[in-house]
Amino acid sequence: MTAPFYVAPEQMMQDRADYARKGIARGRAMVACTYDQGILLCAENPSRMLRKISEIYDRIAFAGVGKYNEFDQLRIAGVRHADLKGFSFSREDVDARSLANQYAQMLGQVFTHEMKPMEVEILVAEIGHVPAGDQLFHILYDGTLVDETGWCVLGGEAEAIGSRMKEQWVEGGTFAEALQAAVGALAGPDRTLVVSEIEVAVLDREGPRRAFRRVEDEDVTSVLGSNDTNIDT
Amino acid sequence: MTLPSFRLSEDPGPDFAALVRRMGLSPVVPDSPVDARLTITHGTTCVAVRYPGGVVMAGDRRATSGNFISHRTIEKVFPADRHSGVAIAGAAGPAIEMVRLFQLQLEHYEKVEGAPLSLEGKANQLSQMVRNHLPAAMQGLAVVPIFAGFDTARSAGRLFQYDVTGGRYEEFDHASTGSGQMHASTVIKMGWRGTLSADETIDLVLRALYEASDEDSATGGPDLLRGIFPVVATITSSGFERLDDEDLEARYLSILGQVATERGGSR
Repeated sequence: MTAPFYVAPEQMMQDRADYARKGIARGRAMVACTYDQGILLCAENPSRMLRKISEIYDRIAFAGVGKYNEFDQLRIAGVRHADLKGFSFSREDVDARSLANQYAQMLGQVFTHEMKPMEVEILVAEIGHVPAGDQLFHILYDGTLVDETGWCVLGGEAEAIGSRMKEQWVEGGTFAEALQAAVGALAGPDRTLVVSEIEVAVLDREGPRRAFRRVEDEDVTSVLGSNDTNIDT
Repeated sequence: MTLPSFRLSEDPGPDFAALVRRMGLSPVVPDSPVDARLTITHGTTCVAVRYPGGVVMAGDRRATSGNFISHRTIEKVFPADRHSGVAIAGAAGPAIEMVRLFQLQLEHYEKVEGAPLSLEGKANQLSQMVRNHLPAAMQGLAVVPIFAGFDTARSAGRLFQYDVTGGRYEEFDHASTGSGQMHASTVIKMGWRGTLSADETIDLVLRALYEASDEDSATGGPDLLRGIFPVVATITSSGFERLDDEDLEARYLSILGQVATERGGSR
């Protein structure tokens, strides 16, 4: 008969957190920020088909970094939650805060009870009718829920990207300013991003019922000036 | 409400109706005829007509319970998504619920899969919903829709008519449903030509609904006193667009003038 080795709970949590963080750091980062007319979501993503950013509901968007199959599973659960809630009650009763809480619960459960934590970091963004109503909920692999203001960074190198974002982002700026700041922050000083490797979407404050809209490559190019991003933006 | 999660073998995929069933939110099917004991609110006449640029869809505004007019402003024509619309006749409660579920079904599929269903796929989805509703229809809660849309792959408007069993029949010039269906479709049949413009098609549809209301007591006519007019929408490459009431009022005034002229002053 073999007795299991004793592992201190601190150690176990530490190991799980390290494992999740390593998995997340392998993928590429994404940035979200508010601008005068909406919320911009911008991810570094070489794939055209496997999206990191998507629509959840009328005024709510989702973004995930890390392991694709894991955050995509979360995305679908979110769409189901929102659509069921809107069907049972009313469209205006669907809100990002409640969804973010559900995600935090689920990620927290998986982190402590399952074999393996989820290697993901996700964002739930909701566009308000006025800029003060904009919400960015950042949820970590262990269920930590952070209510961010103005902008937020998900993924590996978040600190470096965040410090560049802090310098470049201006509150209440235009879409072009926000996109330039986001792409500049993602690229960093020594790198150039190709437009085809950036995934961009927005939540429009004024517009049709479904506020989520993907921004096409041509529109990104016209804002960034050339096919490649300028590092000095 | 918690996050719905399923085992892989039980996952409903992009099917919202299946998700609703799985979550136990589907309505209970009555076990005996409902209309024998209660008067059910009914929606009546809807038509859809194809023209070269797309489809015109319209429905009157009356709902009846037995021989009473229960609502004067009910709506029976709805956008299903950007490029399609659905019109319903039959038991008003289940019909409106079916439309709501159908609209969500299309949106849910689009969000989960990241791409919209084809027009054919949407028509088949509605067919399944009508078929699933058959047990309720047998108890007197029949719902008979028309589905119309602009097929972006073919660049043409398309029409689908249904029966209570979920039978789906594509029509090439016009479709109609509800108690005033016979009168409305006769008018359309007499006036329809393959080369009608959008404007002419709208006038034809309005005339058809007017004649149906003239013959069928369950179909409401234009109400100039209260400013109530049928819901009329065009579905073209630019999507589902509802006509406003001022436009409809002007069109009806000219139709009524025309009817008066045709009668030559005889009363």
